[in-house]
This record gives sequence, structure tokens and C-alpha cells, in this order.
Amino acid sequence: MKPFTLDHAANAAAALSAMGQGATAIAGGTNLVDLMKLQVATPERLVSIRRTGLDSIVPDGTGLRIGALVTNADCAADMRVRQDWPLLAQAILAGASPQLRNRATTGGNLCQRTRCGYFYDTTQACNKRAPGSGCAARDGFNRIHAVLGTSDACIATYPGDMAVALLALDAVVLTEGPFGPRQIPLAMFHREPGDDPTRDNVLQPGELITAVRLPAPTGGTQVYRKVRDRASYAFALVSVAADVTMEEGRIARCALAFGSLGTVPWRDSAVEAALVVEKPSPALFDQAAEILLRQARGFGANDFKIPLAARALAATLAQATKG
Amino acid sequence: MHLPLSDMYNQPDERNLLDQMRQGVIGQPLDRPEGPLKVSGTATYAAEWRIDGCVEGVLVLAGIAQGQVSKIDRDAVLSREGVIAVIADPAMTRRPAQGMAAKAPQQDAAKVEYFGQPVALVVAQTFEQARDAALALPIHYTDADGDPVPFDPAAPGVKVEAPSSSKPVEGGDLDQAMQNAAFSVDVEYETPGHASAAMEPHATIAQWQGDSLILHGSYQMLSYNVKEIADCLGLSADKVRIIAPYVGGGFGSKLGITHEAVAAALAARELGRPVRVVMSRQQVFQTVMRRSETRQRVRLAADPAGRLIGLGHEALVSNLPGEKFAEPVTQATEFLYGGENRLLKVEVARISRLTAGSVRAPGEAVGMQVLEAAMDELAEKIGIDPIELRKRNLPSAVPVAGTPYSSRMLTQALEQGAEAFGWSARQDRPCQTRDGDWWIGMGVASAARVNMMVPAKARVTLKADGSAVVESDQTDIGTGSYAILGQIAGEMLGLPMARVDVKLGDTVHPAGAGSGGSFGAISTGSAVMYACEAIRAKLAKALGCDADALVLKDGMASGGNAPARPLRDLLNGEDIAETGTIKPGKTAKSFSQASYGAFFAEVAVHAFTGEVRVRRMTGAFGFGRVLNAKTARSQCLGGMVWGIGSALTEELAFDTRDGHLVNHDLAEYHVPVHADVPAIEVILLEERDAAASPLQAKGVGELGICGAAGAIANAVYNACGVRVRSFPLTLDKILPALPDPFASGADTAL
Repeated sequence: MKPFTLDHAANAAAALSAMGQGATAIAGGTNLVDLMKLQVATPERLVSIRRTGLDSIVPDGTGLRIGALVTNADCAADMRVRQDWPLLAQAILAGASPQLRNRATTGGNLCQRTRCGYFYDTTQACNKRAPGSGCAARDGFNRIHAVLGTSDACIATYPGDMAVALLALDAVVLTEGPFGPRQIPLAMFHREPGDDPTRDNVLQPGELITAVRLPAPTGGTQVYRKVRDRASYAFALVSVAADVTMEEGRIARCALAFGSLGTVPWRDSAVEAALVVEKPSPALFDQAAEILLRQARGFGANDFKIPLAARALAATLAQATKG
Repeated sequence: MHLPLSDMYNQPDERNLLDQMRQGVIGQPLDRPEGPLKVSGTATYAAEWRIDGCVEGVLVLAGIAQGQVSKIDRDAVLSREGVIAVIADPAMTRRPAQGMAAKAPQQDAAKVEYFGQPVALVVAQTFEQARDAALALPIHYTDADGDPVPFDPAAPGVKVEAPSSSKPVEGGDLDQAMQNAAFSVDVEYETPGHASAAMEPHATIAQWQGDSLILHGSYQMLSYNVKEIADCLGLSADKVRIIAPYVGGGFGSKLGITHEAVAAALAARELGRPVRVVMSRQQVFQTVMRRSETRQRVRLAADPAGRLIGLGHEALVSNLPGEKFAEPVTQATEFLYGGENRLLKVEVARISRLTAGSVRAPGEAVGMQVLEAAMDELAEKIGIDPIELRKRNLPSAVPVAGTPYSSRMLTQALEQGAEAFGWSARQDRPCQTRDGDWWIGMGVASAARVNMMVPAKARVTLKADGSAVVESDQTDIGTGSYAILGQIAGEMLGLPMARVDVKLGDTVHPAGAGSGGSFGAISTGSAVMYACEAIRAKLAKALGCDADALVLKDGMASGGNAPARPLRDLLNGEDIAETGTIKPGKTAKSFSQASYGAFFAEVAVHAFTGEVRVRRMTGAFGFGRVLNAKTARSQCLGGMVWGIGSALTEELAFDTRDGHLVNHDLAEYHVPVHADVPAIEVILLEERDAAASPLQAKGVGELGICGAAGAIANAVYNACGVRVRSFPLTLDKILPALPDPFASGADTAL
């Protein structure tokens, strides 16, 4: 850990001011502190945003506005979230441990970095950590890596759960920054690595997440299915977030997002289009999986994610379309 | 008749003294006396001692796999705030010491043999300063002399040797037996490397007093560790004291000294002040000790009646060049089942990965799970119940060697375990039971683990006030040593537990066995018993009765015609201190000694995703006398949890391009978490085994893992019909062969 200074911002404006002068924002620190210990991240100046007051959940028209500092635990326990956006509560509770969820925040979780072992090991080549050094994962131990959205530079997944649910729920990320406030749809928030894997999302330097807005409840059947190596406290191998509305035995509406499959939380409108107005059946689920995975590419140890994603999708759709 | 106190254990001590005692504490499920300290965070572990003037050291790991350190730019970090020194001493170790080495491991850390080997130590005022400087320290390397060592046991040209530590067992003609067999299995299995992953990372605080060294550390076998440290530093062993009253798990990784101990001692000597070195979780994973991965070929040849006529078990394991330890994979196969025509053999591939050594139940942990999975395959071929197959193949003496068994509760364990588990409900074909999206199946496996005794001493003092103190350098690594040694003394001296104090984990005390190989309890426990026996002889004399007639209970002594008297009167103001000694003798060779048991597992396999979850487990175990039913049960539970990890999740992932460990933390090296561990039932089968120890007890610590993963793998097959011959059974290996999840194949739905 490099020596660093830590200041507490009393409000969002103070935080933005510190960030404008080069400070890195820290909230729960559940990821950043680990990265600092390993010197994967080496900020010299931290500004804590825990006292900025961005920690409430309030109605927003027919939707809900979740402050950036609402902890994962509080968000998952909120009665409004549990009743009207159960997908979000399920996804959060599928992640980490109670201790971590008590500390981790909504905004911080969106910025969680990959779990690629080569990213975390400073003796190894990693374009995300050290641009231009190469990607050791590509020909290395890549069992947990992405099969969609990869590039020559990087095949690391976005590993989280919460963002996958938010993506399926059409959430919007609200920010403040040097150029004023922005509203970024979740689908536009994370960025594929391309030739610059250092940036996981579209936040600009000095820009701060202030809240996440959920649109009106869909009333659909919501299922978050996380497939992992052990029953708890493990990142997903593949996860599926589904929000499905059935009408007269047919799929009237559906939103599907996938975690740990791509370099970003993954959503593909063609998959949803193939399902809508159809009657659920194993053949239909196969068809949807084929569309989802038509451009999937494995790198050896992670090849299994392709059939796994198809089967996890089938299981999730079978459950969500039961009516 | 009394055995001489310091005799070798040449004849079974059939007197069974403990069963003649009256206090009634032996075997009781008593709480561990140190438990409240541990659960309240007030037991002082290695790194937690407060030593005035102590500074902090952090190890620097090599960022290459093989080469020679040519230059270290000390100046690049010495100017940083708080940094005191960079230590790169030729006496620093490049490998940890193997268990019971009692001499220095390979030193000269400047020669890098594997990725992540410690090469230097940075010392600073604070831990954070030292860690920052350690990560920033520039180290220059030159290429290694000689041919590069491959990183993968499967690499072409890898050197494969017969280990010096074990010889093949050969008998008859196995090839012929395989040809003649009515039923046979010839299969190859793989198991991955494992980490001990003890909760407490390795840590040492070194402090010199003149030319004497005091270490507060986390070690399992102190009398050996003292010699290892002394040899590294060129000291005589009596100049080294180790204090380790509480050890937060070891599982083999703390049998021998590790890098931080020598580095701390060298730094403390150079700087003239105490130095603490605590390894990070990642450093423990990368540098301490791994269980070797194995590739195992098992051949089973059975006659038409399902009796084994041939048995082959050959294993390829790995280690660094020149390292003697080779995972003794076939250790239990030697005595478990019949089959006179046999070939049991271990070979070791020389590769460049961190040192391989003892991890809980070396040998059986991975050998038994494979043998027991292969036995399940044979039972299926023969078409008989897998329990019946095992019962039909228990020999009356060890095949080839002809050695008799000291005791063996395997049949009882299989039968009583099956009854308690509800084995009769098992379907004999796979894919018969479905619970929603989950296939349900059951599996069984035998448990077996060799029993060992090692030399041990303990001093027991019956104080003038009628209380007793037990002293030994025996460690308690979370197993219950404090509890059971106190119970043995309490039973022998007729004292309630509140009157017995147990002092362990300090080399000022007599040398106990240490914790390893499940031998701590029976070895040090026997020494305690013999010390107490000597005290009893003196008390009998004082009371005026025969020693055999002496009755001690609740602090009162009686016997023969003598009137009962309080111990305090009898002692008349004097302490009685006796040292008991035991050494392994002829019984170790003249009997085949092992603990036995049986595992039963019910698992669910997700029909879509191949995820496996254990729904319940039962284990029935016979390991001689139960010294404490609570701590023994806990050992069995812990072993079975290890079995779940070994079956389903645990795997060291090495990058075969440079031998570095990719998953070197507990986030990515998956030990079972609470949600992976279902209700586990443990059945303890009392027996008496005089050949094993005067206590009539055998080792229990490692038994619970030895075969447990086999029962789970067999249950997976029984559930979904997928036989995976590569542990752990992660879903990627199960998926390709899973039946169509939408097809309704189940005859029985729950």
C-alpha cells in the first residue's frame, strides 16, 4: 500500500471539489482497499464520500431513487425494493457475504473491478492494470473469464451481481461531475475493453455517482439465477437476471441480462425479441441461447461457459415463464 | 507389573489402565478449557504478542520462476519513511522444512527455484511501510545455471523419479489377474493440488537475549522446529526457545519452519531489536507448502464372487528437485483390501512449483478418495451393493506383508453408518430420483488412515495442594490437546478438571510429540499417562497399599486396608513431579495399525447446470478409545468438511507457463463455506487398541477426510449418472455428460 492521505467530504460538492484536484473517491472500500494493499491501485489522495448524505432511498415518480451510498444490505432489505423490484434484492443477496454487504455501497458496487487473477498480481502482464503489458489471461488460467465482448487486449469479466439486475431493470445511473449532472442508462455505463481496458465504465475523471434510478415496476416475474462453484461467497460463473411477463401462455414482455459471461453486464435485445409473443418451450429457450451466444468465444478453460449459459438461461426461463 | 517408564512401545500394554480408573472424565464430551479465550479473542496468537521495540518485516517474493538474484537495489527503498533495513542473508530459506526434518531446509534464498520464492525481507517501523517498500524493492536476476525445470508434471521431458521415501509393493502377477478377472476396472483419476489454508497465517516474532533466541510463532512441532531454526542460524538448539501456546490451525503447513521464522531471526540479530514477520494470505499460498496434484491409475480385478484377486494403485505426484517428500498416495491401499496380485507404486515428477509437503492426511486424503471411487465403479460392474463389495474384501492379514491388524472397525462402521444414514433407500441405478431441478443420489466410501506414534515426553506435577499441572511442548492447533491431556491426567490422578492445569506450546517444557499425523494425542497422551502412573506408585507407597489397589477419586486416595485420605494429607507438603516418556517400538511393525470408518453422502446435482450440493453426510468412525467425545467429533466433522472441499471445490490453479499460483487467496481458492456444509452426523465407535497405545487409542485428527470425497463423487454418479474422474467435481466437468434436463427420466420424484 502506498502512503496516501484521506479526507472526508461533508457533501457531494466537497467530494467533487476534492476529486477535481485528483483525489480518488472511496465509499465502502470493499474493493479499492484490497487493490491498494496489492498496489494494483495506488491513489495518493482519497476522499471519503461516506458523510455526503447520499444514503437514502426515495420515491422517484413511479420509480425509486437509490442513493449512491445506500449499502447493499440496506438496499436488499428495503420493502419497496423487495416488493416491486425483487430481482435487485435477489441479485444483491446472491453476492459477497453479510459483512461485505453491510459495507459495500450502490455506487461503489457499480465500479467493482474484475476478479481476473492476472489483474490482481503485479508480477503478471495485464493491459487493464498496466496498459501495453499484454494479457496473461488469454493463454493462461482463464476459467472465470469472459466469452462475450472480449478484445485482443482483455478478456476479463465484470464480476458483480447487482449491476446485472439493474441492467435488466433498465436502471439509470445519476452522476455529478465537472461538466454538470448526467443520466447514464445502465446499458451505457460499463464499457467493453476494446483497445483500452483500463476504463471499466464511462465515468469521466472527477465524476461521481450520486444515485441509481429504477423506472416503474414491471410487475413481471423476476428471477436472479447465479451459477457458481460453491453455494455462497463466490463470484458467478454465469448469472441470469430475468424479468418476464406472461399473457395467455405467451411471453408478453421479457428483459434478460447476464453476469460473468461478458466483459460487461450483458444484455442482447435480439434474445428478448426472439422470445416475445412466443410460447415457452425447451426449443424456444435453445433458440434464444443460440442468439445470445452466436458470437461467444472461449479461451480454453472458460469454454464451458458457453453451454453453461445456454442451460442456465433455459433453467431461468423455465422458472420465470411458469406463470 | 509396571512397564519401565522410558521403554520403547514394544508390546501392547494390555493393562488398559484408563478403564480401571474412577474419576470418570476420560472420554467425556468436555469443553476445551481454552475455548472461552479463543472465542473472546483473548488467546494470544503468534503475531499478537506485544514486545517492546518490535519492528515489522515483510517478505519480498521473487517475480520470476528460476534464476539467481544478482543485485538488490536497497537504496531505492531505504530512503523511504520508516524503512530500516533490507535483509538478504544467505541463511534465509528458499524452501520450508518438511515435517520432523529437525534440520535446516534448503537455504540460500538468492537462488530462485519457483515463482514467488521469498528472496529478501524489508524491515520498517510499521507494517504498511514495510509492505510498500517490499513491493517497490528492485531486484535483478541472472539466468539459472543448468537446464530449466518444467512447470507442469505433464510437460514433455519432465524428470520422473522413484521417491526415496517409499518403496513399491509388489505381489503375484497383477496383469495376469486382470486378464483372469470376471470383473475388472482399470481407470485413471486426477486430483489437484491443495492448500492447507489454515486460518492463522504463518507469523513469527523474533527476539534475541544475548546469544539466545526467543520466537513467538505459529508452529506444530516445537522440538523439531527448534532444531530447524538453530541449524539455519548455526546455533545449538538449546539457545532457541519457541513459545506457541495457541496455533490457529496448521494442517501440515506448520510442521516444519517456514520462511518468515528464519528471516525474522536474522533481521532481529542484525538490527539488535525484535522483529515481527507476518505472512500475507497470498504469501502463505505461494510459498509455504502445497499438497501435490496426483494422477492415479487404479486397477481392480475381481472373481465371479466379487472378491479381489488383483489390485493396482500407481500414482504420479510432484515436487521440487531433490525434495524427499512424495505424497504417499497408496499408503492405505497397502492394508485396506485384499487382492494378493498387486502393484502399488508412487513416482514423483520434478517440477518448479512451490514445495510439496504434508497437507492434512498426506497420502490417504487423495489416495482413498480415488480408490473408493474406483471401488464404486467395480461394485457397479459386478452388480452388488458397494457396501457388500467392501465387506467381502477385508483380508484377515495385510496382503503380501502378512501383518495382523491391531483392530479394525470397518465392517461395524459400514453397517452402523448405513443404518443411521438410511442407505437402504438408495437406488441402485443413476437418474432415478429427482427433486425439482435436482437429481438426488447417495454414495458410500470407506475411511482409513494409518496410526502413528512418535517419541513424546510430558511432565506431570501433583502439587502439595492436591492439584495437578501437566507440562509439555505439545501444541494445540485447535484440536483439543489442552482438553484431552487434562482429562488423561484427571482420570489417572482422580481429580476433577478444575484441579488440573495444562501448560503447552513452550519449549521450556518436556518435548511432546507435536501436532501432526494424528499422533499428538496418543503420543503425548501416553507420556502423560505414564507420568501419572509413576505418581500413583508413589502415592500408593505413601498410603501403604499396592499400586494396583490404589483408588483415586475427587482428590481422595484409598486402597487395600488403608483408610481413605485426602491427597493433600498424603502429599504432606511435597510436590510429586514425574516425567513420562514413550517411544514407538516393535508394535509399530508387528501390527498393522489404522483408524477406520465409513462415509455416507447424499448429494443433489442440478439437472441444468451441473452444480453439486451435498445435502447430508454421515460418518461412522472407530479409532480406539475416544478421549473426548466432543473434540473427537469436531475432528471428524472438520475432516468431512475438507472432504466436501476436496470433492467439489478446492484446487490450486497453477499457470503452466511459469508455475505461479493464480488463485492464491480465499476468494478464489474455494474452501467450503457454511452454505456448502449440510447437517453432518458423526458416529463414534468405541474400541480398545492396546497395540496402538497404552491409552488404547488411535489417531483421529485426519481420519475424517480419508475417503470422504469418494463418497461424494459416488453419490454424484448415483444422482446423475456422470462419472467424473478428475477432482474436484466442478460443474464444467459434469455438464457435458448430463442428461437432457427437460426429459423426464426420473422413476421416483420426491
